[in-house]
Amino acid sequence: MAQTIFDKLWQAHRIADAGDGADLIAIDRVMLHERTGGVALKSLAEAGQPVLAPERAFAIMDHIVSFRAGRGRDESRSPGGETFITQTRAMAKAAGIHLIDTDDARQGIVHVVAPELGLAVPGASIVCPDSHTCSLGALGALAWGIGSSEAEHALATGALRVTKPIQKRVCFNGHLGTGVTAKDAALHLISLHGSGGGARAAIEFAGSAVEAMDIEARLTLCNLAVEFAAFTAVIAPDDKVFAYLQGRPYAPDNELWSRAEASWRALHTDDDAAFDDEIEIDAGDIAPTVSWGTSPEEAVPVTGHVPSDARPAALSYMGLSAGAKLDQLPIDGVFIGSCTNGRLSDLRAAGDVLRGRQVAEGVRAICVPGSQSVLRAAEAEGLDKVFRQAGFEWGSPGCAMCFYAGGETFPPGARVVSSTNRNFEGRQGPGVRTHLASPATVAASAVAGRIADARMFAPMDAVS
Amino acid sequence: MASPFTVHEGVAAPLMLDNVDTDQIIPSREMKAVSRDGLSVGLFAGWRYVSAESREPQADFVLNKPAFRDASVLIAGENFGCGSSREHAVWALAEFGIRAIVAKSFGAIFRDNCVRNGILPIGLPSEDVQAIAVQAVSGARVCIDLPDQTMTCGDHQYAFDIDAYAKRLLVGGLDPIGLTQSRSGEISAFLDRDRAARPWIYGS
Repeated sequence: MAQTIFDKLWQAHRIADAGDGADLIAIDRVMLHERTGGVALKSLAEAGQPVLAPERAFAIMDHIVSFRAGRGRDESRSPGGETFITQTRAMAKAAGIHLIDTDDARQGIVHVVAPELGLAVPGASIVCPDSHTCSLGALGALAWGIGSSEAEHALATGALRVTKPIQKRVCFNGHLGTGVTAKDAALHLISLHGSGGGARAAIEFAGSAVEAMDIEARLTLCNLAVEFAAFTAVIAPDDKVFAYLQGRPYAPDNELWSRAEASWRALHTDDDAAFDDEIEIDAGDIAPTVSWGTSPEEAVPVTGHVPSDARPAALSYMGLSAGAKLDQLPIDGVFIGSCTNGRLSDLRAAGDVLRGRQVAEGVRAICVPGSQSVLRAAEAEGLDKVFRQAGFEWGSPGCAMCFYAGGETFPPGARVVSSTNRNFEGRQGPGVRTHLASPATVAASAVAGRIADARMFAPMDAVS
Repeated sequence: MASPFTVHEGVAAPLMLDNVDTDQIIPSREMKAVSRDGLSVGLFAGWRYVSAESREPQADFVLNKPAFRDASVLIAGENFGCGSSREHAVWALAEFGIRAIVAKSFGAIFRDNCVRNGILPIGLPSEDVQAIAVQAVSGARVCIDLPDQTMTCGDHQYAFDIDAYAKRLLVGGLDPIGLTQSRSGEISAFLDRDRAARPWIYGS
């Protein structure tokens, strides 16, 4: 019978019927971070439960760590936050699982690090008590976010009981226009079909525009599936994925590579496979997209207006009027980073706008690379200088400004253009007004001092 | 483990907003310890208090109104509990005394977190949720019978769907880790087969 890629991933990990319509699914990798993983390790230890496969469990410090350049080993961004770092470190060591600590050369945001290290490979089942785990479907992995209790479950038993989700395919056909990115494609999709549009579904992203994306863009696209309420997302792995993974520390070694690759090549949707729903989008219709409200569905083209039927609560929180033109809104801050858009290609895209230009007066601009590896690569090609010379702060890797847990942030009422994933009320700090956008849009807005279309900011070296 | 959920009667508080995310249910700044406890004070902190520092109640927030202070059921809009996976949102709701949430739909991880902590997520069509909210505003109590899969509010009874696995966990107050450990023989056999088939996963 014809199968989707998701069917194949599911079948490969299905240990048994768990009863009640659920399946017992084998978990290949459990990823943890100090914010929600520490409490799982603590509960397990208190229950006297050992970790079944500590060699396949990884704790990474990312959420609460300070983004201050030159930060200390236990330095947290929020007051009292160091307890999450120190306790998670102690419990990870006691449990015997891998630990990527704050001062480790591999440290970074868990969903940025997992592909870098080859922990996320096609066909692997990966869970993490973090909603953006769906990012890793970009490599053809079966990856989804869970709660802390389910993380305990996976650590203790090596398996989870899961009811198979429904399946949707979203095809981006044609080509994305110049200056239009995976971030814009995702915001466009969510604005068309709603933040609940992917509810209870595993989503396969496909189509020529997805095939044309590099791995980092695919990670951005899949990252935002949870903002579409999806169970997860997946993209069929191709030669780009195999080339990306070869030689990475946890990827199959030379001896096993050809066997692994052969099995990965079978991970695609068969021609006649059926989906519960299909969405087709012409990629050429997508503009650089910016959110105006407090849900990711409240987004319009950067050259567009706040809708006339906008929710009053969203308008009130965002300090906007219906009909306001987005690219005329003055801003107070920008942020580039996060598991959505904190990788090297994101920094390069922003750097192309910033090179030879200055952040507008009165705008606080912060860039936090997604991992130590991204930071090193960016510094090796001089991107840190481009950002610093433009007037950006250049921080140490972590989840940083994407969510607020106390401590330093933008002031209440500040209008901030951000390469992150959530424009929820208070997400970046009490009263902070977040507009989601691509890294290039964020950089252009920083320079203009208002929300701006990056297509109007050609690279300076091309101009001269 | 969560206490079993069979029949529950209580006050229902209407919070008729769509896309209420877990950052609203418990802001990250309210997660102060590596713990499941002590979180209810931070529940809906951004809406419930005039300011995070003063903890002065925001009088017009539903859970601060005298009629709803002891609510044990929430009535909400679409996609309730979307966003961050933080189980702290559910721990805060449970500690506050919430036993069931009625909404058009739920964030997937939040829904599972509810079931793991003895909170019943009830999905109903919008018009039913709206009707229940209207009744709740006028002070009607709700009665939920999970084994029967019905909910009564005023003169109306609503039948709801719930997947069999979630129902079994809730009604039994069961620990899924224990359920899965009872299958450890099958898990070991799978791992032995899979280690041979996909050795690269196991770091051979």
